[in-house]
Amino acid sequence: MESSGIAALAGRIARAICVLALLLPVFALASDRVPKPVINIDKPGRCVEDTETMRREHPDMLRHQRDQTMREGIRTRAHSLKGCVECHASAKTGSVLGEQGFCQSCHAYASVTLDCFGCHASKPKLVSGAKP
Amino acid sequence: MSADANDGLSRRGFLAISAATLGGVMLAPGIRLIEIAGARAPEQAASKQVRWGLLIDTNKCATGCDDCVKACATENGIRDTGHPRTDPQWIRKVELKDMRSGRTHSVPVMCQHCEHPPCVDVCPTGASFKRADGIVLVDRHTCIGCRYCMMACPYKARSIVFQEVTDQNPDVPRGKGCVEGCTLCVHRIDHDRQPACVEACAKAGHNAMTFGNLNDPQSEIAQRVAKYASTQIRADLKLNPGVRYQGL
Amino acid sequence: MAESILYRELAGPSHRYWGLLALLGVPVALGAVAYFYIEHHGHIVTGMDNQIVWGMPHVFAVFLIVAATGALNLALAASVFGKTAYQPLAPLSALVSLALLVGGLAVLMLDLGRSDRMIVAITRLNSQSIFALRVILYDGFMASVGVYLWFLLERRMNRYIKPAAIMAFVWQLLLITGTGLEFGFNIGREVYDSVLYAPMFIAFSSAYGTAVFVLILFAVCGWEVRPVSDGLLRRLKNLLGIFVGASLFFAVLFLSSKYELARSRDVAQFLLVDGGVYTALIWLGQLAIGGVVPLALLLRAQVTRTGVAAACTLVVLGGLAQMYVTLIGGQAYPQILFPGMVESSSFFDGEIHPYTPSVPEVLLGLGGVGLAATIVAVALRALALLPERLDRLAGPQA
Repeated sequence: MESSGIAALAGRIARAICVLALLLPVFALASDRVPKPVINIDKPGRCVEDTETMRREHPDMLRHQRDQTMREGIRTRAHSLKGCVECHASAKTGSVLGEQGFCQSCHAYASVTLDCFGCHASKPKLVSGAKP
Repeated sequence: MSADANDGLSRRGFLAISAATLGGVMLAPGIRLIEIAGARAPEQAASKQVRWGLLIDTNKCATGCDDCVKACATENGIRDTGHPRTDPQWIRKVELKDMRSGRTHSVPVMCQHCEHPPCVDVCPTGASFKRADGIVLVDRHTCIGCRYCMMACPYKARSIVFQEVTDQNPDVPRGKGCVEGCTLCVHRIDHDRQPACVEACAKAGHNAMTFGNLNDPQSEIAQRVAKYASTQIRADLKLNPGVRYQGL
Repeated sequence: MAESILYRELAGPSHRYWGLLALLGVPVALGAVAYFYIEHHGHIVTGMDNQIVWGMPHVFAVFLIVAATGALNLALAASVFGKTAYQPLAPLSALVSLALLVGGLAVLMLDLGRSDRMIVAITRLNSQSIFALRVILYDGFMASVGVYLWFLLERRMNRYIKPAAIMAFVWQLLLITGTGLEFGFNIGREVYDSVLYAPMFIAFSSAYGTAVFVLILFAVCGWEVRPVSDGLLRRLKNLLGIFVGASLFFAVLFLSSKYELARSRDVAQFLLVDGGVYTALIWLGQLAIGGVVPLALLLRAQVTRTGVAAACTLVVLGGLAQMYVTLIGGQAYPQILFPGMVESSSFFDGEIHPYTPSVPEVLLGLGGVGLAATIVAVALRALALLPERLDRLAGPQA
């Protein structure tokens, strides 16, 4: 008898939580909580693809390129991560990471883990003209 | 029609020129092929035709000399944190003493880039792999850090990165939790340069290390291997490493 | 036909049960803390280094996995080999087997250098690797034991028990053989490199698995009064005695053959004479505490619960000692790159590698043990896996 009372109460609480959950998107309107990404293009010139393509495709491009480079030794510069870093490293910090870093600020905003720079250098190579 | 050499082309001269031209035409493709094997274009994949190898003349390796070790560390961004038990070592000098004769050797040992690598056999995700041209590498995108390859390698060639790595060489990505080892400076050889250790040894004038394509009979390493006796470490395991040693 | 057996879940008041779960939750929670600590800082905080790459977590994990394969033996004895005396124990045997395997695998997965890539580990299998096969072996074993357990519990599926049990038996054999050969096929390390590891691990798994199972059985039958007949006790005692005897046989065979063959004399000398902690663990731990003493207890004519429980505990301790020697000792002994030469280098070639277990590693290993125990406790409360009484044998003596 008491168990059915508890069950009914639990049911009501669960329903209330569900309704409230539907209202969560309202937090998206709280625009000050997460800083909008800072996109500073310090180096002149064009990216390897247009902006929309890059935004959509860059994960797949990088994933495809990494297998080609790693497994087959194909080292075309067009879609290489090294190429991205060279161009997009911030003029101030020299890195694509950091609060206003090109990669990090967008990734922080979109809440997507950046796994690359655990291994890959986030700063371009300093020696000039050494890399073919 | 006359055989007068002063009149222009004689029959012999014509035959000579034709032979030379024919020979040139026949040789030219061969020369171009060797060119391609030596200088791979960036968009070309590594090829099975090539097998990279190292030949180390231990007669020229002095105890106490570690130019190759230092060059490797500099090139690949490996820093000495003062904890030798956990710091990665891609190449080391092994000091040997023959128990029976007393003869000593000083031998640089690194990943032997076996033809039948046990590390590739055991890797559960396929991160440890052999490239078409014989270089054994770790794909850090897939490496889960299980250290199975480290257990399986008979040469103790690999290390695991115990701490976060910063300021990597952009040509050599390396990071915490993944296993790593000598890459034969793949980032250099893909651009027709020599591995850092070989370059440093040559620059210092020791000339103990030779790098090249074992499959190319014209290469220095292939000629040396054909001419002088050389051995592989633990040849009895039948892994056929690409690294060979003289003077052992 | 004997009267039908009534299976029942763990009974008793809730607070007593929740108390048990809270107790079991302690090692699990500590294990979780240890995991996050290691994952955040990197393996530098453990006692492992580039010489000893698999530490205490692997000792616990491999023990749990080996025991898991052997814990299924009683169920298979009943369902495949027709030993109906063990029939009432079959569901618990299957459950313990699954729980131990899950606990062991959890420790293995959490000890990865890149544990955030667990999904990669399970889904991306190197088709050329005979050891990626292990993931398939684990999955196949868990699936077949799961199906077998389901068939045991679901009355409508009872007639398919035997084929399901045979499938589980096949996967069990494959898994334990594969586990043994993981070491046996390792040509680069002197302590390994012997196909004897396969049958030896089969014997070890039978001994450790049965010992762990019997201890859990006694724990359940002690939690609430579920009488166990002397007849069943005697059978378990004798069975465990056979397994311990077999383990001792293979261990002695392995060690003495290493000693006998000239090429492995040096490593046998290390293991048996001057290996320090490893020598002590072999003689005292594996052979004495884990072999001769329990065997003496089990060969006695008289059957007592305490005697059997003591023997089981000793077997478990001996098993942990053996795993320590296999895993850590196998890495401590240096790899021989240049036979006949004395080696030394900055990478510690040619020396015995020291190892000190660290607290996070031990906590992680114990967390796996706690996880296995928690799974057993939860399953026993939720499902009717063990009969109310084990003092009435069903069917004719087998």
